[in-house]
Amino acid sequence: MIKTKTIFAALAVVGALLAVPAFAAEAESGGDHAVEIEKQNWTFGGIFGTYDEHQLQRGFQVFREVCSNCHSARLLAFRNLSEEGGPGFSEEQVKALAAEYQIADPTAEGGRRPGVAADTWPSPFASEQEARDANGGALPPDFSVLAKARGVTDPFPFWVFNYFTAYQEGGVDYIYNLLTGYHEQPPEGVELTPGRHYNEVYPSHQIAMAPPLQDGLVDYVEGEEGVSVPETLDQYARDVSAFLMWVAEPHLVSRKEAGFRVLLFLVLFAGLMWATKNRIWKGIEH
Amino acid sequence: MATQIEHQQTRRDFLYVATGAVGAVGVAAAAWPLINQLNPDASTLALATIEFSLDGIEEGQSVTILWRGLPVFVRHRTPEEIEAARSVSLAELKDPQTDEERTKEGHEEWLVMIANCTHLGCVPVGESGDFNGWFCPCHGSHYDTAGRVRRGPAPANLVVPPYEFLSDSLIQIG
Amino acid sequence: MSEHSTYQPGNGAEKWLDDRLPAVRFAKEHLMDFPTPKNLNYWWTFGAILVMCLVIQIVTGVVLAMHYTPQVDLAFDSVEHIRRNVNGGRVIQAVHSVGASMFFAAIYVHIFRGLYFGSYKAPREVLWMIGVLIFVTLMATAFMGYVLPWGQMSFWGATVITNIFSAIPIVGDPLLQLIRGGFAVDNATLNRFFSLHYLLPFIIAALVVLHIWALHVPGNNNPTGVEVKSSRDTVAFHPYYTMKDLFAAVVFLIPFAWFAFFAPDILGHPDNYIQANSQVTPAHIVPEWYLLPFYTILRAIDFNVLFINSKLGGVIAMFGSMIVLLILPWLDRSPVRSGNFRPMFRWFYWLFVINFIALGYLGAQPAEGIYVLIAKLCVAYYFAYFLVILPVLSRIEMPRPLPASISESVLGKAHS
Repeated sequence: MIKTKTIFAALAVVGALLAVPAFAAEAESGGDHAVEIEKQNWTFGGIFGTYDEHQLQRGFQVFREVCSNCHSARLLAFRNLSEEGGPGFSEEQVKALAAEYQIADPTAEGGRRPGVAADTWPSPFASEQEARDANGGALPPDFSVLAKARGVTDPFPFWVFNYFTAYQEGGVDYIYNLLTGYHEQPPEGVELTPGRHYNEVYPSHQIAMAPPLQDGLVDYVEGEEGVSVPETLDQYARDVSAFLMWVAEPHLVSRKEAGFRVLLFLVLFAGLMWATKNRIWKGIEH
Repeated sequence: MATQIEHQQTRRDFLYVATGAVGAVGVAAAAWPLINQLNPDASTLALATIEFSLDGIEEGQSVTILWRGLPVFVRHRTPEEIEAARSVSLAELKDPQTDEERTKEGHEEWLVMIANCTHLGCVPVGESGDFNGWFCPCHGSHYDTAGRVRRGPAPANLVVPPYEFLSDSLIQIG
Repeated sequence: MSEHSTYQPGNGAEKWLDDRLPAVRFAKEHLMDFPTPKNLNYWWTFGAILVMCLVIQIVTGVVLAMHYTPQVDLAFDSVEHIRRNVNGGRVIQAVHSVGASMFFAAIYVHIFRGLYFGSYKAPREVLWMIGVLIFVTLMATAFMGYVLPWGQMSFWGATVITNIFSAIPIVGDPLLQLIRGGFAVDNATLNRFFSLHYLLPFIIAALVVLHIWALHVPGNNNPTGVEVKSSRDTVAFHPYYTMKDLFAAVVFLIPFAWFAFFAPDILGHPDNYIQANSQVTPAHIVPEWYLLPFYTILRAIDFNVLFINSKLGGVIAMFGSMIVLLILPWLDRSPVRSGNFRPMFRWFYWLFVINFIALGYLGAQPAEGIYVLIAKLCVAYYFAYFLVILPVLSRIEMPRPLPASISESVLGKAHS
């Protein structure tokens, strides 16, 4: 008979063999040196998360005034801006906003017409090639699902905890860190390719996008309650990241609210089923 | 003893009924979204209402626009067409409707109608037919200058969609 | 166990139907009266849970197919259209993608239950083999389904996995073109994957019917592995196991709902939210978690063996890992079924479980450094378990004494 102790020892060795490289190489698995993504507190995180309307409005303003000059958002419709669970603009505001933009429409005279609420955000460039030509060969990614197209990889055991906290904010954590992660000068020994900028969290550290934000860049429209926030790079980064999360997940709030009700129901129903099953099985040896 | 068993039975039955009821609610709550997804989605509903500018449509001119996937005639009628429409007695009409009922007060020169023949759906041809209105070539229905059916197999007048004037030159359909 | 049916039609209409199509009789015999061992534990509820998963996937899938467009320029946007515009679309889509993961979680539990309790042994060999067939068909279905959103992982996963067919000598390249419908994964591939993804679940449903039929001939196995001796060992399937299965299914829905409503994308990969681009390869191409163990086996063979190059070797190993499951009933010849009475077997079994989890973990790591060696060790153990350990154990193991019957084993356990 194989001794129990021997078996445990063998298992421990196997476990160690797996765990040690996991801890050591986890940073490597990102494909480069350990990148520290600082997780942020987002109002929409966790099972009770919601969007902050005012933050989304500010984020939209940053998007509109700064980012949309290069970045498209082709799945964002103007009407989304007045829908529930979003920035909460009124339908009139959305109608006026849409009319400011020219939409390509082959049935319209001259091929273009003013936008309506049903239209989607027009691209700043007529084609991919034009976008690249205007940006040193790099294509500014579309914003529609960008917050879900990026993420952070946590080492074991932290990724397990993420399942229990329902962590879905890896994309916006990355985006916020990227926007605030520019260095004026690259660190010692790093030579910047011309046209590139040094960024802490970008995978190759050399990003084609110039730092898009700076203090005081956007003059925030004052909200209804007169709540004012600092007009700093950090604030802009936070607000536009939150806005991007909403663009990617416009139904987040209703989804989480429904989820809470569904889970409550299931727990209640499981309790009833448990009692029913026990009652039925009472007296049976099993 | 009998009462105790009865009690147990009532309690047991209540449990089963309660569980069954909760389960039924769960099934219904799960089934509803699966049915509701068949309903028009948000992007379709967004186009349920459109605004259209009447600028540039001269007297005697018609344009055909798209609304909810259907073609819609927008015609700027001449005074003669309006006069002809108003001088028809209701007794002559298969589908009695006055011209006033088919136009908006103060904007009688404008006729807005869904461009599908009420017979089987073909798009009638404008400024033709025996009544100077529309003629459907598919099965020979004739419509007058108010879009009312005068002859042929079509059972009803060309449908006037819900619309209103936002200004003298802007209408909202739907 | 096709016993004499005790069904008596209640009224004239029932008798009329019974004379023409005994569906009610059949249902009563197989879904209600069927004598089931009374000592089944909760590991046995996963069969019913799997049926629920299949129904959920088919229902949500048919709904998604009403709004999805299987064309390379439109597919990605059509899935977003479902999430954004279709009524309830965000949740229906999330249930379908999370549902695939839950389906595999359940099927792995179900398979490992079978491995532990010897459910694959005579006279249940055909039942087991149909099960392996269902598992493989499920993997194919899930693989093709993942391609449909046409994200980066969809495209590159399809490219890498269809590429393995080119490893087959002589017919490899023509076969690859046949499968893809072109020289690369493109619109032809997407369209046929959509068609087959819609078809295969119904093949699975048919296999499930055969699976349950094959089960009902010998009847269920049970935790002791001792066959049913008399009616004292069994209870009617309804209401005892219908209600127990329903309870387990509701509990199963709790983590399902947790993921679907609160973390729908946590089991997926962010790169699949980037539209497929044949010019840009993602840094790490990773299949969904449930295919990782087999991906590891495929990648682990990075050396040539005689005339078999490493690519072909990997393909042989991967398919071999499924074939070895198929022939398991003839590899493990121990007359004792249940691991509960096989003390030596238990150690190797649990090591197999840990090893399988390790294979899964390794599949997500880059094929570099120490991972390469560990992967080979884990693959070696996987095959050794079936081809060496189980056959040897059959001969040398001293099992614990078995209970005389099921009812004897549960004596004194009545819950009042």
